[in-house]
Amino acid sequence: MKTVEEIKAAIEAAVPGAGVEILPNASPSAQHSLLVNPAHAIAIAKFLRDDAELALDFLSNVTGVDWLDKEIVEKVKVPRQVSKTVDGVEQIVEETVEETRKHVEPGYLEAVYHLFSMKKKHGPVVIRMRTANRTDKVELPSLTPVWRSGEFQEREVFDLYGIVFTGHPDLRRLLMWPEFKDHPMRKDYVEPDDFEYEPTAHDKVLERAKAHKDREQGTGNREQAGGTR
Amino acid sequence: MKTETTPGYAVEQATQVEGWNRPPVVHPDGEGELLEVSMGPHHPSTHGVFRMDVALDGERVVKLKPVFGYLHRNHEQIAESASYLAMMPYTDRLDYFCSLSNNWAYALAVEKLVGQAVPERAEYIRVILAEFTRVQNHASAIGFLIQEMGASGTPLMYAFREREKILDLFESLTGSRMMCNYMRFGGCRVDVTAAWLEAARKVAAGLPQFVDEFEALLTGNEILMARCQGVGVLKPELAVNAGITGPMLRASGVNYDIRKVDHYGIYDRFKFRVPLGDHGDIYDRYMVRVLEMRESIGILNQALKEIPAGPVMDPKAKIRGFKPKPGEVYGRIEAPKGELGFYLISTGGAEPYRYRVRPPSLINLTVLEDLCLGQNVADVILIFGSVDIVLGEVDR
Amino acid sequence: MENELKIELGKQGVFVTTIEELYNWGRKSSVWPMQFGLACCAIEMIATTMARYDMARFGAEVFRPSPRQADLMIISGTVTKKMAPQVVRLYNQMAEPKYVIAMGACAISGGPFKQGYNVLKGIDRYIPVDVHIPGCPPRPEALLQAFMTLQKKIEAQSLTGEDRPRHLNAEASGEFPVPEQGEHDLEPPVNRLVWPLPAQVK
Repeated sequence: MKTVEEIKAAIEAAVPGAGVEILPNASPSAQHSLLVNPAHAIAIAKFLRDDAELALDFLSNVTGVDWLDKEIVEKVKVPRQVSKTVDGVEQIVEETVEETRKHVEPGYLEAVYHLFSMKKKHGPVVIRMRTANRTDKVELPSLTPVWRSGEFQEREVFDLYGIVFTGHPDLRRLLMWPEFKDHPMRKDYVEPDDFEYEPTAHDKVLERAKAHKDREQGTGNREQAGGTR
Repeated sequence: MKTETTPGYAVEQATQVEGWNRPPVVHPDGEGELLEVSMGPHHPSTHGVFRMDVALDGERVVKLKPVFGYLHRNHEQIAESASYLAMMPYTDRLDYFCSLSNNWAYALAVEKLVGQAVPERAEYIRVILAEFTRVQNHASAIGFLIQEMGASGTPLMYAFREREKILDLFESLTGSRMMCNYMRFGGCRVDVTAAWLEAARKVAAGLPQFVDEFEALLTGNEILMARCQGVGVLKPELAVNAGITGPMLRASGVNYDIRKVDHYGIYDRFKFRVPLGDHGDIYDRYMVRVLEMRESIGILNQALKEIPAGPVMDPKAKIRGFKPKPGEVYGRIEAPKGELGFYLISTGGAEPYRYRVRPPSLINLTVLEDLCLGQNVADVILIFGSVDIVLGEVDR
Repeated sequence: MENELKIELGKQGVFVTTIEELYNWGRKSSVWPMQFGLACCAIEMIATTMARYDMARFGAEVFRPSPRQADLMIISGTVTKKMAPQVVRLYNQMAEPKYVIAMGACAISGGPFKQGYNVLKGIDRYIPVDVHIPGCPPRPEALLQAFMTLQKKIEAQSLTGEDRPRHLNAEASGEFPVPEQGEHDLEPPVNRLVWPLPAQVK
């Protein structure tokens, strides 16, 4: 099978302006992935499926991943002019000062596709697509028109992560009920408060227990505390 | 044609999307309105909490939408706050007929993630257990299929009689009948004893007779042939495009068995054939399962004969404080129901950042509507049964 | 009537009983469960009905597909929030007298999946349960044990008085409110009339 670099070159030759990026995978599995520009995703997918040498006719797995906003703290050395009194004379001196700078790298939602070839019996080729952010620009093109096996899996990703797949023939919630509003697999999902006591040493459970208890005592009404979120 | 009276189902012209086409819906010719039936989630057929929204024209199915989620147990979310090892018992509960195959798929994925080797004896034990699992899964699947055909009890009793023998083996080795929780990253939890191997050989030696008996009862049965042949035909092109795997794919004639493709474990050491179907109907799916049972028995005999001595756990394998380096992996095996894969993303912590199960049962249902359109409502249950799903894996 | 006297009469060939005993004997010997499997435990339930464990010995091999014909609901597996309204509705549709066995850790409390957002933390939040079986999944023997426990319970029910069974008490209702599926959770998340808040152990 071709290496990722060769696949990248083949895609860029076939789809002009595709802009494919290789994301290396440091684990021993060495399954490197290709980051695909959503605008060209359909064309790239069709190429991967129909190319005689690659013939990736089998879309095995579609995964949603949630990457939260990352606050990155950097220490930067900045040259600065400082006035100092040296030997009784006021002078302006250049000094390097260390400064901490914070910037927030916006999070995104990611859809990961694992492709295999049933004809050539090779794989996997991993392609990924990323949304612009996690809140309002969450559209990605659906690859279900190319590989039918994405139909339920993309619906599941839509349900649990909230990625809207444009071009999907039947995009509804798959697992949760239709009236449900949240996307429960997102990392910042807040679960409804239906806690009940359990003997556990699990920190996260104990935290939830404490939050539940505080809320209960806050209202002073146990009945209501059980019924509010 | 009364398309006006039923606007909702006025048989949407097959969505013409390039790459795959819905088969054109058989247009209802009869008078009267379509009947909407919600089959499930509590349904007499023995597969659990699955629902199909069906529209019927008389007896004929003109629309079928599966509804999932009645057993959505948040497997993947729980994994994100549990350690890698703590997820092993949860994998038992995915496809609760085949807990040992699930164990293997998960262990394989994690071993690939950290580059962990497995001792030879452990590989043999894994093969033996996985093939026993395949036999009992296929036997039960056929039993349920025939049960849904109306043969209430008998074939299922035969299947469960054999299943109990295999479950006794599992129980004496792992301590549990169904939820075995046996494999570990880098081997297996405990070693098998000589007595266990002897018992396993005895059970394996009795299996061909069981399959013969099963076949004598069913394969040439007139009712079975009348109900199954030519019903629910799946074309190979659609099967590949829709990601169908396992016996269902091979019944359509596509030669794709991950044991042969990936050579995971030590499957390249054993001689076995991959049975393929010709027509892709229910009967072929039944037949492929029967033949696969026979091939599995062959593998079992070879493995039970050749199993070497040695450790069952890699001494270098890390159990406590298991923290894989950042990276990701997709590992898959040929589970009895199809390709069972685990996709793991590690960010270096003790818990996976993302843990995804590629459920063969769910994806094999993609074509359920295509298989059922135009068939009688009584055949829907049969077609559904021939897919062989377990809801624990569909909804996770 | 004294037990010894009854035995003595029995030796003489006279069979004496009470209406209550006869009635309860009839009820306990033909408890028909509903054919209703939810998850993993359902497979063990099926195994119980098969030849090896043979539930028919207890007069309960007739699994009825319809709730109208069933006396016993075996909650065999995890009840999710999506499924819970249907479970309660099925229970409401069953004719009195009706009994519930909660089979397995999930049906009792959510079991290993308790932390999930879609998992109900025990079916006794919405309907009364007669027998709980712990285990994940409970072995077929455990289900048989639960079944015998239920039979003992039926046998001991008195037909008159304050604690008479619900179907003989015109005031007691056998219907329980079906929870609605809301935007975030089931509404209400628990039926306090069935399931009062348990004491919080610290």
